Amino acid sequence: MHDVSAHAVHHGAPTSFIRKHVFSLDHKVIGKQYYALALVAVFVGMFLSWLMRIHLGWGSFAIPGLHLLSKTGAPGDVMTPEYYLQLMTMHGTIMVFFVLTTAPFAAFGNFFLPIQVGAEDMPFPHFNMMSFWVTFVAFLVLVASFFVPEGPTLGGWTQYAPLSAVGSVGGPGQGLGVVLWAASIGIFCIGQLLGSLNFITTTLDMRTRGMSLMRLPLSAWAWFITSVMGLTAFAVLMPACILLILDHVAGTSFFVSSNEVINGQILPHSGGSTLLWQHLFWFFGHPEVYIAIVPGMGIVSHVLITNMRRPMLSHKVLIYSMGALAVLSYMVYGHHMFVSGMNPVSSLAFSFPTLVITIPSAIIVLIWLGSLYGSKLRINAASLFALGFVSMFISGGISGFFLAQPSIDIMLHATYFVVGHFHLVMGVAAMFGIFAGTYFWFPKMTGRMMSEPLGKLHFWLTFVGAYCIFMPFHYLGIASNVRRYQAFTDDYLIPLIPVHKFITVAALCTGAAQLIFLYNLIHSRFKGAPATDNPWEGTSLEWSTATPPPHNNFGDTMPVVYHDPYQYGIEGASTDFVMQTSPEQIKNPNEEK
Amino acid sequence: MATTVHEPPKIELDRLPSQRSGNGGWRNLVPVDGDLRRIKDRSPVPASTGIWVGLASITMTFAAFTSALIVRQGGAPDWQHISLPPVLYFNTLLILASSFTLELGRREVAKFMGGLRGQVASPARGLYVTLLLGLLFVAGQTFAWLQLRSQGFGLATNVSYSFFYVLTIAHAVHLLGGLGGMVRVIGKLNKSVLRRSTLDATSRYWHFMGALWLYLFLLLWMKL
Repeated sequence: MHDVSAHAVHHGAPTSFIRKHVFSLDHKVIGKQYYALALVAVFVGMFLSWLMRIHLGWGSFAIPGLHLLSKTGAPGDVMTPEYYLQLMTMHGTIMVFFVLTTAPFAAFGNFFLPIQVGAEDMPFPHFNMMSFWVTFVAFLVLVASFFVPEGPTLGGWTQYAPLSAVGSVGGPGQGLGVVLWAASIGIFCIGQLLGSLNFITTTLDMRTRGMSLMRLPLSAWAWFITSVMGLTAFAVLMPACILLILDHVAGTSFFVSSNEVINGQILPHSGGSTLLWQHLFWFFGHPEVYIAIVPGMGIVSHVLITNMRRPMLSHKVLIYSMGALAVLSYMVYGHHMFVSGMNPVSSLAFSFPTLVITIPSAIIVLIWLGSLYGSKLRINAASLFALGFVSMFISGGISGFFLAQPSIDIMLHATYFVVGHFHLVMGVAAMFGIFAGTYFWFPKMTGRMMSEPLGKLHFWLTFVGAYCIFMPFHYLGIASNVRRYQAFTDDYLIPLIPVHKFITVAALCTGAAQLIFLYNLIHSRFKGAPATDNPWEGTSLEWSTATPPPHNNFGDTMPVVYHDPYQYGIEGASTDFVMQTSPEQIKNPNEEK
Repeated sequence: MATTVHEPPKIELDRLPSQRSGNGGWRNLVPVDGDLRRIKDRSPVPASTGIWVGLASITMTFAAFTSALIVRQGGAPDWQHISLPPVLYFNTLLILASSFTLELGRREVAKFMGGLRGQVASPARGLYVTLLLGLLFVAGQTFAWLQLRSQGFGLATNVSYSFFYVLTIAHAVHLLGGLGGMVRVIGKLNKSVLRRSTLDATSRYWHFMGALWLYLFLLLWMKL
């Protein structure tokens, strides 16, 4: 038996409040800070969606107090068409960047990756601290655009040029609003690059004794793969944002072509390429979809295995499939541009890998379903949300088959079909991954259990509600309901308004159900039942340390790893699971050769 | 440019197994029978991996700028060919020379660490020269920008100039990071707390900045 004696801590435990809770170098505190930021962001984003949905259902309805948010955007508490687009843009941006990227990757990854690999901390804790605070500043800069004279940008989270690059002539918020948007996202990129640097190096260099790559839990693998994607994708978005800002503040012509006339004004730009922005943006944008969803895949796999009490059908194939998703995600980005006027041959070239990427996705889903088949799944809030993730991912993924083909996409492009597709497969599925992770890891993060009955109630309301919101979107899209319209006045759209009203009611109810989660989270944090070190009888390293973990994660002795991560249902063992740190010899371990 | 060294710098040759975590190692072989005594720690220090990861990220950023330049040039009726300021040729020599002096400096430090203290009066000399050449490079770049500006060629004059300014300024900003790293290395060397991994990481970054400049210079020379 190899004895690992006391290790020198990377950085001493802080004593002052500021160093302990604000400018902390501890990855666990930084993870919680990211989670708190995502929590604020998700409620802001959800509130914006409520306002939008009310407007879509009942356009003339005066929302009490809305004028307080913007006098010009909501005179008489009824939002203007431009203000609807501004809220829509902010909803998308906040949700994609500050929730779907921040929570499953930065929050949970920061807290648990170093623990799951058996490290005391990330290798570059100062970069890690900077990564959070830079992200926080990015959020403030974005929110600040609500309070500038013309309000936030209305160009959508994709900020297509030339509208995003021409200044105020493009509409309210297209001047300073876009500059703040681009600055915010550029700053956000820096934060994510610093985070990815730490994640990659932690996984490669900081693993404890015996922790080979294949002994990493699936969640750790997912964070690692995501960080590689983040490193390459955000490094491309940042220069794109710089060029966009320069078109605004320096009068350059990167994205605005010659003789562009907008709102009766000839613009002074010349020769810019509007498609250039789309290429740069979607080279980031499609991997971003996987940056949002792959951590969820890892978290959900980890949660399911723990509750199934048996490993996935194939640990390695699941890892390779997530890796294949990451690689292919860079080759498919052009499918967002089928109707941009690009060469049909290019469309074909992008369509093919888009269909191919469904193969690793299908393999992952089949592994989940095959592993679940016949298992005696422990039903709790975490495992329910994990099942919900699988359900949402399948439902949202199937519509991707249709959109992957240019001939069909031309008809469905920019309709609610697309909105339903990406909300289910990327938005709701990723949110379910976040919820699964929260219910599963909350005991380890806080030392207290969350309420299971409230968690289950939260699941069923959210699960049913999400389907009530997003499945009708597909119907609307097939009926040619164009997205980004703030009112439906055309003859063919008027009959669809009742569907929108139904969706609005569903959105309000589902949103209200999230207050149950918020109550459960806050109440359990202070009044929840005390958690044991290993409440779910897990095997990975986070369950072999104290709850909550000490400053250096493992106390005086660093863990030594003896087994693959998921040794459940072991014959002859004293319990139905053997922890990674257990020196117990296993006769027939769950290992793949 | 003298420096006072009171103690020999402590450069880590190898991490001890008991020091910090990370002994899993990314090329670590775990024996099937679980006998951990047979495990050999061959993991690289995080700074070494970290710098490569960082350089990969910077490579992606400049690849994005390059693709933007190529796409923008491809469909542009307004593309103008411009003459690069002559000072850039001099700057190129400066940054190449700085890589050379950095390597000489590293040898001095290594000799100093190898017990030949008497033969190396000032181990930081080469690093100081590198720092000076780096500062001269930045000054030279600034001169080029000011020269173009005085001739009436600003950021928005033409997209060729836009790309010239964007690429050279982006490179200079990254190079300033390298200068900061060099100052840090010299400071640690003078305080005798320099790790080899820190020196190696800073050197790699600096050489990469040189290689990146050569690439950008060729790109600008061919495309603008």
